[in-house]
Amino acid sequence: MEKEFKGRVIAGGDLVGEAIVSRNGVNTLATFQKSALKNAKKVICSDQNNPDLYGKLLTGKILCLPKTIGSTTGGLVIQTICSMGINPSAMLFSEPIDSLACSGIILAKNWENSKIIAIDKLGKKFLDYVQSGDKIEIKSDGTVKVIR
Amino acid sequence: MKLSKEEQAILDGAEGETKAKIMRTIVEFGDVFGAKRLVPVTHDGHLVTSFGIGLIKPLFRIMDEIIDAGIKAQKPFTVDPRPIDYKNVKCNILNKLIFSKIMYSQQARYEEQLKKIGLKNEDGFTCTCYHDEVGNVPKYGDILCWAESSAVVYANSVLGARCNRNSGMLDIFSSIIGKVPEFGLLTDEGRKADWIIEIKTTKLPEAQILGSAIGLKVMEDVPYIVGLDKFLGKKLDNDTKAYLKDMGAASASNGSVGLYHVDNLTPEAKKLKKTLIKNNAKTYVIDDKELQRVYDSYPILWKDKEAKPKLCFIGCPHLSSSQLDTWADKILAGLKENKKKKVTVRTILTTAPAIRKAFEKTDKYVALNKAGVRVSSICPLMYTNNPIAGKSPIITSSNKLRTYSSSRYYKDDEILNIITGTKKA
Repeated sequence: MEKEFKGRVIAGGDLVGEAIVSRNGVNTLATFQKSALKNAKKVICSDQNNPDLYGKLLTGKILCLPKTIGSTTGGLVIQTICSMGINPSAMLFSEPIDSLACSGIILAKNWENSKIIAIDKLGKKFLDYVQSGDKIEIKSDGTVKVIR
Repeated sequence: MKLSKEEQAILDGAEGETKAKIMRTIVEFGDVFGAKRLVPVTHDGHLVTSFGIGLIKPLFRIMDEIIDAGIKAQKPFTVDPRPIDYKNVKCNILNKLIFSKIMYSQQARYEEQLKKIGLKNEDGFTCTCYHDEVGNVPKYGDILCWAESSAVVYANSVLGARCNRNSGMLDIFSSIIGKVPEFGLLTDEGRKADWIIEIKTTKLPEAQILGSAIGLKVMEDVPYIVGLDKFLGKKLDNDTKAYLKDMGAASASNGSVGLYHVDNLTPEAKKLKKTLIKNNAKTYVIDDKELQRVYDSYPILWKDKEAKPKLCFIGCPHLSSSQLDTWADKILAGLKENKKKKVTVRTILTTAPAIRKAFEKTDKYVALNKAGVRVSSICPLMYTNNPIAGKSPIITSSNKLRTYSSSRYYKDDEILNIITGTKKA
């Protein structure tokens, strides 16, 4: 079964990967800080308040979320995990991207030559439909295909 | 975004490649949010990144690049608190080794970088730069390029300044360019409320839990709070400002609130009243039961949930001078009442350097020290952000600290009872 969605490209690219889904806002600092501080090879979500992601592997996954929340270090945290190469491969936002995540994506692109993909405005139906473990195909025009 | 000739020239490299890249980052960021232009920053800056964590290599590399290019911030800036204070927050040898050699190995280097780019002064390390004693106090309508979520929400809501929730790095970049993209909380429309929060509690809600409830519900939307003036009054005195500081910080960390209005109290709500509320605003009712539900939802992350607390942090964000005074009075009175000479848990009260230095000259400071309480200007969040401190049973009355660490949250009165020996944790 396949379902297609269309969003706005913040940082484009073609990619196929596995979805990991947070139904609520992702607290960037709380999610990534432990792995980043440990200089870990992979990110395991450390946000106690996020039952969808807590304890799960995020590196290389396609992170589907409404938006990010929390500390204004958020953009720098995203830039840092991108510079370390332990970032999710893509971030797919159902809502318009927030200022902190947007900063992180643009900083990573301009200052770290990161290939992280970011698409926003995919809509509530996207987040209602997609489930962790789904296969996702992303196209550079902002098309997102969820395959189950 | 339409740029002026001067802005376009910077983007095209007239002032060097580094400044062009900084401008490109700001312009691309503004474009995503539909900003039509850049507007001048009208007040001093405030940066969120105060910590020389070795792993944040991009920060130090870019700072070096900025310094090498001879670039400085257009206005001076303050910065969040330092992550270490060995004098007042004692560490064992292993902790010190981890802090100085591993965690914050770049602290001295980074502070030198900050000075070269435009740090206001040595006492500029606090998350509450907006306190009079610190002196980075924007006026109504000022345009800011601050980061630090608790400072942004305070400046917007309590002072009526205009600032988006800028990220670390973007705060530095905007300070350098002296301009920010005009969108969101910089615009009249962006400051209108998406939510009406109806306070129907039987007493003044705990600020930290009320802010948490609001943040968890509205996320980054703007709430208009009605019914709180019944308890707080209609005047922004020191106690009310301190309450709003803590409520706002909790709303910004539990959600991502950048601005709230309180009916009859905060400056824009007083001026524009309910015209600030959007026609389609949703309503969230907060009563005693709802506050209890939110409080009960906080997980306890200690390995041994019955462990005896080893450390207590009060003041994240940093305490105002009136809060520091009140805590000192309550702790000393509580100890006297319980016939105890020292607090039962090592306790750190945190406040801005300027407030701490003034407090150190008082008799209360001496009495607190004798009672085992230390006053520091450390960042509790950065202190608890290490593998060793993270495993230690720490208690706090800060919802922000709870959110970003494994510290256990207690209400103000509960904390007071625990540390003065009225009740065991």
